[in-house]
Amino acid sequence: MQEKELIPQLYRTEFRKIAAVLCRLFGIEHITIAEDIVSDTFLLAAETWGLKGIPPNPAAWLYTVAKNKTKDFLKRNTLFNEKISPEVQYTTTQSFEPDIDLSSSNIRDSQLQMMFAICYPGIPPESQIGLSLRILCGFSIDEIADAFLTNKETINKRLYRAKEKLKQDAIKIEMPPETQISKRIENVLTTLYLLFNEGYYSSNRNTVLTKDLCLEAMRLTHMLSENESTNLPEVNALLALMCFHASRFDARLSPDGELILYDEQDILLWNNELIKQGQYYLNMAARGNNLSKYHLEAAIAYWHTAERDSPEKWEKVLSLYNRLLMTEYSPIAALNRTYALAKVYGNEAAIIEAEKLGLDQSHLYHSLLGELYTGVDNKQAVAHFGTASKLTKTSADKKVILKKIAGLKQKL
Amino acid sequence: MKEFVMIYRGESLGEIKLNPDGTLAISKEWENWMGGIAAQNKLVSGGMRLGNEGRTIKPGNVITDGPYAEIKEIIGGLSIFRGESIEEVTEMAKSCPVLKFGGNVEVRDVMQLNN
Repeated sequence: MQEKELIPQLYRTEFRKIAAVLCRLFGIEHITIAEDIVSDTFLLAAETWGLKGIPPNPAAWLYTVAKNKTKDFLKRNTLFNEKISPEVQYTTTQSFEPDIDLSSSNIRDSQLQMMFAICYPGIPPESQIGLSLRILCGFSIDEIADAFLTNKETINKRLYRAKEKLKQDAIKIEMPPETQISKRIENVLTTLYLLFNEGYYSSNRNTVLTKDLCLEAMRLTHMLSENESTNLPEVNALLALMCFHASRFDARLSPDGELILYDEQDILLWNNELIKQGQYYLNMAARGNNLSKYHLEAAIAYWHTAERDSPEKWEKVLSLYNRLLMTEYSPIAALNRTYALAKVYGNEAAIIEAEKLGLDQSHLYHSLLGELYTGVDNKQAVAHFGTASKLTKTSADKKVILKKIAGLKQKL
Repeated sequence: MKEFVMIYRGESLGEIKLNPDGTLAISKEWENWMGGIAAQNKLVSGGMRLGNEGRTIKPGNVITDGPYAEIKEIIGGLSIFRGESIEEVTEMAKSCPVLKFGGNVEVRDVMQLNN
């Protein structure tokens, strides 16, 4: 393999490991220094490997260079010599050299601790996601900007403010005490859930990138489920939810990146392996009495992987949406509940309920009413799809809606 | 938006059924009714279902068994909703399942106090 292909690959797998260990070593106030050292390491790799060829163990090479760069930095930086270094030296064994432990167990522990530090409700959700992508997933600033459909400057500013806030609030990089884990993990799960959704429901046309966001969210959730103290029922429920959704990755997009609606997907493209994994984690989630919103959402997602349109399926889905909404309101859940209601009690009953939702600014609301009026009052259906196409911001959605209108107009 | 309480009354509490996990098994009618209100973001709290045990304590250390002694209708439970006006919440209450079983609903506004 050429270094031009290998380095981006290593960047994705190794940046986050070294960064987490260095962050923990330096403390939350010096995240940027940790990032810079790892970035410099990769720059040196690009220069050296291009000239001298790829070393026999590239990851070990990176670790050694990162360690040396860290030691050099600690030696020449007065701030560190005066403030941080004595502490670092104090906590490490005899030698004056700081112990930069890049063993797999320390990497794992550092990443888990960073997860708890970054998923901090004192900074806005999009900053938590951005910082997670940078530090926990090793995304470049360019990639994060692409994922959020914005520019580099915006992301840099956002991450800068987030890091300042973490510093200001003196967030510690450590695992919460055993008794607080179930409370503190709520924030972590919310961020991972949003990270997954960012990828899954993204209007971004870069499907490789959006799929990567989902896979990263799954990887981080896996880390929580593999670690004893964080292997909680709600973690497994979230993982089940992600597996069920991810099972439709290949079915929900056409080869040219167009969105394919659930009803029109080719079931053969659903990934059975992921469905089975989802079932496994859903069973694991059933231990204990805690019924989180992830349990309800995972159960809904489970029914969506089951055979189509049995009466039992939609009754269960409706019941789960009812309970989900009673736990926590969200416009998406309200719209989906109404769709399930239509499947159980018919479109007319669902139209009455839909019109009470007060969501007339949402294109999804008008798309739903368009669906519900189809076959009941096709003129109304066309009108609602028309409003939906005006409100939607993405061309992929607009395409799907215009196709619906064209189909309906033939029947008018 | 203001908050309102609905108090559900009926002649009998009926049998209380629990799910295997210990949560209250609510009937499809109740679930759909409450889910419909929650879908409008107007449910504050599902509130509580009251059990079958009760005592009424009166002055002079007079204690009677149950809430049933002198009233025909007993309170079965209550929930909290939000709405612009009592009229709006009254409209929601019109489709409450308790009405199908011979009971009634009382809608009351919650006092907004500055503490």
